[in-house]
Amino acid sequence: MKKTLYDKLWDEHHIHSYDNGYSLIYIDKHLIHEVTSPQAFEGLRQAERDIWSKKSIMAVPDHNVPTTLREGGIKDPISKIQVDALNKNCKNNDLLKFDLEDIRQGIVHVVGPEQGIILPGMTVVCGDSHTSTHGALAALAFGIGTSEVEHVLATQCLLQKKSLNMNINIIGEMSEHFYSKDLALLIISKIGTAGGTGCAIEYTGSAIRNLSMEARMTLCNMTIEAGATTGLVAVDEKTISYVDKKPYSPKEEDFLEAKKYWKELVSDEGAIYNKTIDVDISKSGPMITWGTSPEMAVNIDGKLPDLEDEMYVSKKQDLLNAFSYMGLKEKQNVNSIELDKIFIGSCTNSRIEDLRVVADIVKNKKIANNIKSAIIVPGSGLVKEKAEKEGLDKVFLKSGFEWRSPGCSMCLGMNDDKLNEYERCASTSNRNFEGRQGRLGRTHLVSPATAAAAAIHGHFVDVRDI
Amino acid sequence: MKKFEEIKSVAAYIDRKNIDTDAIIPKQYLKSVTREGFGETLFDDWRYLEPGNLGDNHSLRKKNPDFFLYNPKYSGAKILIAGDNFGCGSSREHAVWALMDFGFNAVISTSFADIFYNNCFKNGLLPIVLNSENFEKITSSVSRENNIFTVNLNDQLISCVDFEVQFEIDKRRKEVLAEGIDDISETLKLSNKIKEYENKKFVKTPWIFNG
Repeated sequence: MKKTLYDKLWDEHHIHSYDNGYSLIYIDKHLIHEVTSPQAFEGLRQAERDIWSKKSIMAVPDHNVPTTLREGGIKDPISKIQVDALNKNCKNNDLLKFDLEDIRQGIVHVVGPEQGIILPGMTVVCGDSHTSTHGALAALAFGIGTSEVEHVLATQCLLQKKSLNMNINIIGEMSEHFYSKDLALLIISKIGTAGGTGCAIEYTGSAIRNLSMEARMTLCNMTIEAGATTGLVAVDEKTISYVDKKPYSPKEEDFLEAKKYWKELVSDEGAIYNKTIDVDISKSGPMITWGTSPEMAVNIDGKLPDLEDEMYVSKKQDLLNAFSYMGLKEKQNVNSIELDKIFIGSCTNSRIEDLRVVADIVKNKKIANNIKSAIIVPGSGLVKEKAEKEGLDKVFLKSGFEWRSPGCSMCLGMNDDKLNEYERCASTSNRNFEGRQGRLGRTHLVSPATAAAAAIHGHFVDVRDI
Repeated sequence: MKKFEEIKSVAAYIDRKNIDTDAIIPKQYLKSVTREGFGETLFDDWRYLEPGNLGDNHSLRKKNPDFFLYNPKYSGAKILIAGDNFGCGSSREHAVWALMDFGFNAVISTSFADIFYNNCFKNGLLPIVLNSENFEKITSSVSRENNIFTVNLNDQLISCVDFEVQFEIDKRRKEVLAEGIDDISETLKLSNKIKEYENKKFVKTPWIFNG
């Protein structure tokens, strides 16, 4: 039988079928951070259970770590308790962990692939929904809750029901300043935030093959915002050269062996998907969200919805709620929206290619006077180091940006980086939910290029026009 | 996990789609390292008119009188009814802990986000998916005074004074709730099979064990 990539990954990790439609699936790699793991370790202790495979775990503090003034440790006592708990749990169990002082520390979904800890063909879980990121390496990766974190710690397995296969096939090619973030927002605006519920999405089309690995990570990362816990891109030469020579990837003979295996990680010609959706990008430009759900997105030269429009009848109340929360009006042009803050970072867009794009746009320009703060938070210490070697930090600082230390930062505002009430932010993160970046804060999701251009102009502009 | 028992209670209804887990329990409370005490900050941003933090005395915070759960007719509700795609967004299980700590034992919607749905069954919260016809039937009767619903998992039935609706739930999920099954103990019964699988894997894909 012809198999999709998802079918292959599933079959390879399938240990047992129960007679109730569930399967026991083996988990190769377990990523851990400070927020969703303490209760799992506690549960394990209470039940007097051991960790099944210590070597499968990589831990890193990222969600509530400070991005400034790290010398002397974490100042916020509550955050400190949580990070200390992670340290203690890892130390007691002898687990691999990248401390705050370690240059390899960063956002868990940036660090994993960067270290070669995530490899094609693996099953990867983490108590974080953006685990879908790792599907860019053709790994079957998805987010889980804390009880499942405990389950994986104790058994190295998860009980799963197989998802449906969904294919999102991209027609046309990426154009200048249309990035994978824009592609993700375009897809979500078309299929909705529940469009992929119950499915594993595989992205196909020559545009996907032409994306860099980092761009694929951005796309797979945003898959959860379309409701699918897993997003996948098949292995090609780019995948293999990406994992080559990473610290934890196999070496020499082992690499060649692994490579043979990895090359099979593509959907068979003629494999059947339960659903296929074609998305034509030939006329698409930069995208921006205007509302409080990632599906509330339009083209940069578009307008907010017209409530009289037939297609919005059933959604009228949702739209009114979103207009009211965001302080915006129907039919308003999105490029007229003025901003208070700029956030460039998150597991979606904080890798070196993202930072290079920003630097290109802001070089020798100053951020606009109405921008109260513009911060750039690299995804890891190594991304930060690389950016500094390339001189990007100087470009950012000269333009008026702050250059921070790595962490999740203002994507979810668990640390001090957040929006104040009614502040409006152009953000390269992944969620524009009410209160996500701070109580009553207003988030517009965009690509790094659009965020950079907005920083310079003080309002949204079409980055293709500058 | 406690066994799921029949619920007899009023149902609280929020007419809103895509309620995300950030709305159910905002991030500042995720700094807690326990599973308890999230009920007072359930729907925090909607419920209070001023900001709050972990460790605050929430009874001193100014409440939003228009918040749906402060409506006296929903007092003591153990059943929550909400629009499509409930629990979308972050994987935080704290959302389930908050709903249960507040007193909910069942959530009724037309659809749930996958990770939230999974998390429910690990904690004894019953998520009920209804088709839109049955969902409307339920929501239209919620507004009546003293409308008590009974949720019976065994019969897969929601009933009230004048009608009842059947709901679907897969066999395994039903058992887990009804029996209060601990998934980890169940899985560990297959330890030998897991080890056998690992042994094969050491040979076939040794690079998996790269930690």
